[in-house]
Amino acid sequence: MIQGHFDEKKGLNSTRLKLTTMAIFNIKVNGKTREVDVEPDTPVLWVLRDHLDLPGTKFGCGIAQCGACTVHADGNAIRSCSTPISAVGDMEITSIEGLSENGDHPVQQAWIEHDVPQCGYCQAGQIMNAAAFLDKNPNPSKEEIASAMSGNICRCGTYTRINAAIQTAAKKS
Amino acid sequence: MKLNKAMNRRNFLKVSAASGTGLVIGFNWLAGCTPTSPEMSIPKSWTDINAFIKVADNGLVTIFSPNPEIGQNVKTSMPMIVAEELDVDWKKVIVEQADLNTVKYNRQVAGGSQSIRAGWEGLRQAGATAKQMLRQAAANQWQVDVSDVSTEMGQLVNSKSGDKLGYGDVAVAAASLPIPDEVELKDLKDFKLIGTSVKNVDGEKIVTGKPLFGIDYKREGQLIAMLIHAPAFGMKLKSYDAEAAKAMPGIQDVFKLDTSLEEPQWSDVNAFNDLIVIVGETTWQVMKAKKAVNAEWVADTPLENSEDHFAKLVDGVERQKGRVLREDGNADAALRSASKVIEKTYTAPFLAHNTMEPMNFFAHVTPEKAELVGPIQTPESLRGTVMKVLGMTEDQVTIEMTRMGGGFGRRLYGNFGLEAALISKAVGKPVKLVYTREDDMTQGTYRPAYRVKYTAGLDENNNLIAFKAKAAGIPGSPLFANRFPAGTVDNYHGEGVNVATNISTGAWRAPRSNFIAGAEQAFIDEVAEAAGKDPLDFRLELFDRAINNPVGDNNDYDAARYAGVLKLVKEKANWTQDMSGVSRGVAAYYCHNSYVAQVVDVVMKNNEPVVQKVWCAVDCGIVVNKEGAINQVEGGIVDGIGHAMYSQLTFKDGKPEQENFHQYDLIRHMQAPEIEVFFVENDIHPTGLGEPSLPPVMGALANALYKATGTRYYNQPFTKAKQADEILVG
Repeated sequence: MIQGHFDEKKGLNSTRLKLTTMAIFNIKVNGKTREVDVEPDTPVLWVLRDHLDLPGTKFGCGIAQCGACTVHADGNAIRSCSTPISAVGDMEITSIEGLSENGDHPVQQAWIEHDVPQCGYCQAGQIMNAAAFLDKNPNPSKEEIASAMSGNICRCGTYTRINAAIQTAAKKS
Repeated sequence: MKLNKAMNRRNFLKVSAASGTGLVIGFNWLAGCTPTSPEMSIPKSWTDINAFIKVADNGLVTIFSPNPEIGQNVKTSMPMIVAEELDVDWKKVIVEQADLNTVKYNRQVAGGSQSIRAGWEGLRQAGATAKQMLRQAAANQWQVDVSDVSTEMGQLVNSKSGDKLGYGDVAVAAASLPIPDEVELKDLKDFKLIGTSVKNVDGEKIVTGKPLFGIDYKREGQLIAMLIHAPAFGMKLKSYDAEAAKAMPGIQDVFKLDTSLEEPQWSDVNAFNDLIVIVGETTWQVMKAKKAVNAEWVADTPLENSEDHFAKLVDGVERQKGRVLREDGNADAALRSASKVIEKTYTAPFLAHNTMEPMNFFAHVTPEKAELVGPIQTPESLRGTVMKVLGMTEDQVTIEMTRMGGGFGRRLYGNFGLEAALISKAVGKPVKLVYTREDDMTQGTYRPAYRVKYTAGLDENNNLIAFKAKAAGIPGSPLFANRFPAGTVDNYHGEGVNVATNISTGAWRAPRSNFIAGAEQAFIDEVAEAAGKDPLDFRLELFDRAINNPVGDNNDYDAARYAGVLKLVKEKANWTQDMSGVSRGVAAYYCHNSYVAQVVDVVMKNNEPVVQKVWCAVDCGIVVNKEGAINQVEGGIVDGIGHAMYSQLTFKDGKPEQENFHQYDLIRHMQAPEIEVFFVENDIHPTGLGEPSLPPVMGALANALYKATGTRYYNQPFTKAKQADEILVG
């Protein structure tokens, strides 16, 4: 749709018509249907962070190279920074806030058990990637874990702990 | 027991007086607390005992962590030290990040691996002083002498009657007591918490995605701001056209901002003062509008290239006369008489910090005050700069420190905080400034580019008789004056050359050491090989010399502790055992008052060298939080291997050629080795741990790669730079 935007500085009389294509989207996030009015090219990352008050999903690179923004779409790990909201359709989006009700998903528990985080910034993305991976490969080898997790950068270098935590989670789930 | 004069009392012991009242009521502890026992009831009141400690009526204890948290885990380890002396059950401890308050706290800085080192004594005293006051309050209530009151995990015990009181029962009375002149600190052998493994206090929040970081901060009515800086170092803004951007949805303003400072302090490093600011409602709107701004930039200083940098460093090392940093004996004369002379040159490129959380800061500036919130390693320095620029007094500027998504030195330089403040002032609204990854990578305070040439001489018995090091950096020499091998050789010459640049540089995890350690330890390996000696034993031989008959009396290091970590790693890694198919390299280094020795195991897989395992021995004195300490050491090793192998920032006409992670390679999960960490056990007060494991691994790695491939690695990053093997001279 086309709508005008009120320009606060110039006031009502000089309001310019800003051509835009804002649109209403109803997306399913963490088990609830949420309505947002955004431009269709808005990445899911910014819909979550700016519009739905779900800041657990992190901005790292904006080009799907670091994995900090990983969420699930129908259970598959996707890079929310490079997925426009217009592409979501009926898919169920799960962010770190919705991975478990009480923070007790086996991967989250294993992360605590192994005291994985240093700065912690990349860890939501790591956890989401790991959880989706374990769903498809519940009994992975160390090497398979390393391979599956290599799209997620941890600048602090907690990879060895991440690997151990995923092995632990695999045993639990 | 040791009696210890309470020092720096002004700073933390008299907070009750400073804050006017000891009683704090209605504090919303659920909002700021760490997990505690679920059976604990919600406290009705809190009492400030001192700047670090407040005690609730029900015995819960809040400990304030004074220093910024960048992932070095001080938010857990610093309160552990307080809790140890306070003698409180860790399960009843809530940790809160303190705000910047230079009246209450000393050195609220994350840098130089110093938080625990510099905080140790004060944190212990804070805990011990509070415990003493609680004991006195209980003694008054029981009408016994204070010596008859002991403590037991948050309980006060009357040794005469066996009666017990909780800390919460006497907190109000304790807070009104005079601060004792002397406090008893625990004997090290009585430590119950220090030396154990305590989980990260923010762990549960991190794994559930709670807002912790600066970029997560949100205030009602806040706007999002982004910047455009010059595309290249050396450029200034000529003109810009923002009409199209201004017309885009959600965009409130686009304007030029000048952030140049008349008297910059050390933390104000920033090459880009000519900025275009885009302010709008949401991040995506601002990101899109940023791309719609047309700007024209012109060069006003030279636009540098990586080729020029290389040539300047060669010139610096080969032709310029540098500053002599140390001179023992006569190295040139000794080299002339040497049986063998080995000469090698090592280089490393500029590096970006690349914290996973891009630079950002929140600011709300009004004519009366400036409120800043965000990730900063040096909040006090930022406050100073903001005060000066806004013409405000100290009490008008507040800084709240958020958890940081990495620092590595980048957040020592708070230009983004000042930028946020100036933008908020300009638009008259609360603003969160956010850098894109590209902004972050191309507007850095980079690790300088380095080059060092080493020359060593061996006599006919293969003893080291001469050692020369000449090092240049863009900018700044990476050489330390009084470090190994100075002190172990009669004839030593150290010289540093500074090469100027207009590229902004600064501290990057283990500054200078992050290059010189790897170069030095790779060179020592070649000297050992020329001497026909085992590389680990050759190092021990040198330390024996420094232990028994050191050269010079101002060596930075303790040779016995240096040798100690080498011996420990030798034993743990089974160095003497021949392991089929495994190529091993060793290195040892001293920095941040700690000693680290490592053995790196490399195996060949599909004709490619793979780092399989790193064995690491550390002497950092008393280890406060065991698992957290191991995590730091592991991280430093992965970081060191990653940057030695894969990472570089290169320049073309002043423009960084890597702007995001598709161009800038960082180590990935598949490339990380298994790591085993061993600590030397001693009673030495804790020394640095966030940085010391990074520098030597670059050398141990180069040495292992040589064993595996037959190629000596002189130039970082090893997987990209050309490795020209140089000729043995003499």
